[in-house]
Amino acid sequence: MNVALAKAESNHTTFNIEAIRREFPILNEASEKNSVHFLDSGASAQKPDYVLKKMDEMYRTGYANVHRGAYTLSQLATDAYEGARKTVATFLNAESVDEIIFTRSATGAINLVAGSFGRAFLEKGDEIIISEMEHHANIVPWQLLGEATGSKLKVVPVDQDGNLSIDTFQSMLTNKTKLVAVTHMSNVLGTIVPVRQIVELAHANGTAVMIDGAQGVVHSKVDVQELGADFYVFTGHKLYGPSGVGVLYGKKELLNKMPPYEGGGDMIEIVTFEKSTYRDAPTKFEAGTPPIVEAVGLAAAIEYIENIGQENIAIHEDNLLKFATSELQKIPGLSIFGLSEKKAGIISFNVEGIHSHDLSTILDSRGVSIRAGHHCAQPLMKKMGVEATARASLGLYNNKEDIVALAEGIKFAKELLT
Amino acid sequence: MSVDDLRELYQEVILDHNKNPRNYGELSDANYTADGNNPLCGDRLTVYLKLDDNELVNEVTFTGKGCAISIASASMMTTVVKGKTVKQVNDLFDKFHKLCTGESDEAELDEFEDEIAKLRVMSGVRQFPMRVKCATLSWHAVEAAINKKDTATTE
Repeated sequence: MNVALAKAESNHTTFNIEAIRREFPILNEASEKNSVHFLDSGASAQKPDYVLKKMDEMYRTGYANVHRGAYTLSQLATDAYEGARKTVATFLNAESVDEIIFTRSATGAINLVAGSFGRAFLEKGDEIIISEMEHHANIVPWQLLGEATGSKLKVVPVDQDGNLSIDTFQSMLTNKTKLVAVTHMSNVLGTIVPVRQIVELAHANGTAVMIDGAQGVVHSKVDVQELGADFYVFTGHKLYGPSGVGVLYGKKELLNKMPPYEGGGDMIEIVTFEKSTYRDAPTKFEAGTPPIVEAVGLAAAIEYIENIGQENIAIHEDNLLKFATSELQKIPGLSIFGLSEKKAGIISFNVEGIHSHDLSTILDSRGVSIRAGHHCAQPLMKKMGVEATARASLGLYNNKEDIVALAEGIKFAKELLT
Repeated sequence: MSVDDLRELYQEVILDHNKNPRNYGELSDANYTADGNNPLCGDRLTVYLKLDDNELVNEVTFTGKGCAISIASASMMTTVVKGKTVKQVNDLFDKFHKLCTGESDEAELDEFEDEIAKLRVMSGVRQFPMRVKCATLSWHAVEAAINKKDTATTE
């Protein structure tokens, strides 16, 4: 039975993990190739039936290109696509639906901010502040921008536990700081960054703020008006939606001041060979055919998690994180990276004498999928003094059995390799 | 993937080379050296070779950190590359690569019978396509070194 229906019928909010697991086909088709214990949702989450069916249904009964045809199918597709935008706007509590831009990914959204806002408003000597625990997606676009404009990157350090010092951050703000671009939640350490405070301090300094919510939006409720950030980006595929779609939220007045990022169809008013004029946001930033069905799939994923309740998901994941942390800490020679008081759904660790790549292969033989490597955060790895870590990341469908299988698998790897 | 495949991959010989890598360390009088990077996992190795005037490998060592497969393979590589000519090293790498990917047939492997017999223990990576790069990382670096490139990546 569909969780949403179950909830509506019984009118209570008990988090039924078994019912949820049944709604993810991949978790129920265990085979030699298939992971029973999927602990890599931080890289990309599995998809519930609800999302798969919505996307399939659209391709079968309501698909055409959007914003173009004067025929019923095109109108249906346009309604579904624009409806998805509305769902995202409500999900983030954006002031206006025009503040939601669909991109190809969170990376695409960050590059849009760098390519449009960055190139239009940053000059030689201007500064961008990021943190030491950024994903490469929130480092490299600013380096490229720096090469083009002469702007400079400043990096707020993190401490041993994976916390960012707000005092240090504040001391780094200068009259040259034009943008702060920080993660909402570290994809390696699981740290939840105090973004509300960061926005307040940055705005007091007249500095714009972009939050990378690729992980953060999955594990906590985001209210962009309360948060006050100028930009907030996230991706569909980590939020139980499809790959190929991301979101850029941007404040309307800012978006309308920004030049187009990519040129193409749909984003224009009038095109001549001498000059073209552009439409307002969000259309100005969506050149070409957008990820139509993917956006609809993302909206379905949002409906799905809202039906279960983001609060319920957060409580479930937090309980599981505490259980996993204590189980892993019992294993001799295992050290966990990132022990912030404020963290969610991610545990990075290493086992003495075992490279994370070997660990991942060995766990795989027991149906446990984890990530091994640098997690697209090489500067953070360097800071922690390691080449790589193993990482288990939690999704709403994980249960205690997954954690027990992980812990048992690590013990097996130790027997095999050390 | 089964636990049997896993035992095939992590054979005793491999575990031994991982724990006690042969010819580990810098070679102060190396005349050919190169880094090997695996961008996927961040593993980095450096190989050092000393070639004589006849392009014969007199000494070969390596340093770096990596998984059991890449370290063991680097260690075994040093034991078979020593005493070979540049051309022989290139040929041997070609055969080893085929051994790892499962492309080789037995006839092709005749030329370096003893070496291939030694290296055959690495062929367990066939069942793990993601790990072929680990097994070949040090070989890519050696190839880069003798062909005078600074770095090799497995990409």
